[in-house]
Amino acid sequence: MFEVRIHGRGGQGVVTAAELLAQAAFDEGRWAQAFPSFGSERMGAPVVSFCRIDDHEIRTREPVMSPDALIVGDPTLLHQVDVFGGCKPDGFILINSARSFDELGLAEFAEGFRRERMLTLPAAEIAREHTGRAVANATLLGGFAAMTGWISLDAVARAIRARFAGAVGERNVAAAGAARDFVEAELMELSGASPA
Amino acid sequence: MCRPEVICAYPISPQTHIVENLSQLVKSGELSPCEFVNVESEFAAMSVAIGASATGARAYTATASQGLLYMTEALYNASGLGLPIVMTVANRAIGAPINIWNDHSDSMSQRDCGWIQLYAETNQEALDLHIQAFRLAEQLSTPVMVCMDGFILTHAVERVEMPDQESVDAFLPAFAPRQVLDPDEPVSIGAMVGPEAFMEVKYLAHAKQMHALELIPEIAADFKQAFGRDSGGLISGYRTDDAETIVVALGSVLGTIKDTIDELREQGVPIGAVAIKSFRPFPLQDVREALGHAQRVVVLEKALAVGVGGIVSANVRMALAGIQLHGYTVIAGLGGRAITKDSLRGLFADAVADRLEPLSFLDMDWDLVNRELARMRASAASGPHAENILRDVGTVAAGPV
Repeated sequence: MFEVRIHGRGGQGVVTAAELLAQAAFDEGRWAQAFPSFGSERMGAPVVSFCRIDDHEIRTREPVMSPDALIVGDPTLLHQVDVFGGCKPDGFILINSARSFDELGLAEFAEGFRRERMLTLPAAEIAREHTGRAVANATLLGGFAAMTGWISLDAVARAIRARFAGAVGERNVAAAGAARDFVEAELMELSGASPA
Repeated sequence: MCRPEVICAYPISPQTHIVENLSQLVKSGELSPCEFVNVESEFAAMSVAIGASATGARAYTATASQGLLYMTEALYNASGLGLPIVMTVANRAIGAPINIWNDHSDSMSQRDCGWIQLYAETNQEALDLHIQAFRLAEQLSTPVMVCMDGFILTHAVERVEMPDQESVDAFLPAFAPRQVLDPDEPVSIGAMVGPEAFMEVKYLAHAKQMHALELIPEIAADFKQAFGRDSGGLISGYRTDDAETIVVALGSVLGTIKDTIDELREQGVPIGAVAIKSFRPFPLQDVREALGHAQRVVVLEKALAVGVGGIVSANVRMALAGIQLHGYTVIAGLGGRAITKDSLRGLFADAVADRLEPLSFLDMDWDLVNRELARMRASAASGPHAENILRDVGTVAAGPV
């Protein structure tokens, strides 16, 4: 089983992101379970959503305590909420930010993880460029697909199109593709610098 | 899919999107001929459902929490009049303190209102139970609640197999009541009944539910034949054959319980679970047969009967009358507190070693409780507690209350 936890704020599409990921997994013929951890819903409040993916039926209903992959959709949460709680040393971490881990004050923290599984992605900028809005959920999923290999970009794109009809869907698919390219370039650079 | 003819509901979390989507389906004509009636409250929602059902329409509504309580008076009318309304309860805690998250306090508070209560473990089962519920309700002339855990199920996106309409139509024929309210052929429904016959009428409601003990497994068997899935029934056992310890629960927590049981089984611990699918009627005999051979029974329940403890466990104890075993009541997950595998591992380890108190509370923060108890002892004056507790937790910066 592969467990994902997504952090963000109300209005950033955190719950939708988990649902899109589940939809993409269904599309690939797998089992998935996406669910939110709701507070009193309001714009800007910290929100968490979860997604599990497996090759057989998923029975457990507990929140994802120890994620295999973590997506942080809003870097302002980094020093406010315990977003890294339960993270595994070989887990994936993707943060929506144009800054590096050093600049985010996470250099020391990052040392405990595998470098090629810990990336920042300027998802808000990519989303704004392609969709005109800084809602980065679909963009982050493109980066997630490239970083983890746990879901194909094609499946993500189909899930996005199924959810958002017409131009909105296409623009988000383009943003997800751009995020994939960004992450692949990053990974390439990293493997050149320090072969895993 | 069940072809309701009147849907009438008032939105309340975590039921809201059920009603929103149904209203869209009615508006788009997809559910035609079906009318969606907007109302100003849950009391009105149930009252409209009662009226619709009495005129011979298949009626559906959905609610949760305080909304269910607001319906209470009408709930008794629906069952007393024998109207086969089906209602989804998106299980949610009851305030005060106000809380939107899941537990079973709402439906458990209405356990004696004459409605049948079925509890879904997964979204697939929730779908399947609704199809079965209409058939059961109409065959028995009694309303049915399908209870599904708020947020945990209502807001989960997971794989669900949708049966085709033709198969559902074959399984669930059109609603054909014995008598209906019709201005052209007037009849009385809802007459006053005095002491000369009230007990007999009430007994008939009980007799219907006793009959449901036969019908529910029959309908589940028919459903399996038609759709190929085990869904519903009265109870369902999991790895109970040689189990010395059996955990009893209702609803979605059973998935987490089963995963935990698998882990313990790998370590050689003889433990199993029993899911109670039908809480009303309560299947005394089936529960007795499923649990009677165990050494200990742990009832994990998501509601608290303040002043005594467990609700489900009181019923389980009735089923086990005269049988010697260790019985434990564990109150868990109130107001949305997550029930984790970690907590269940610890709980089951304590149970297997008979280290549990007869009544315990899973993951209770006793420091928090004791601090407030100390404050209460220090002052005999009455006052609220929730705000003091929140201040201790650090959630709000309120001063002493």
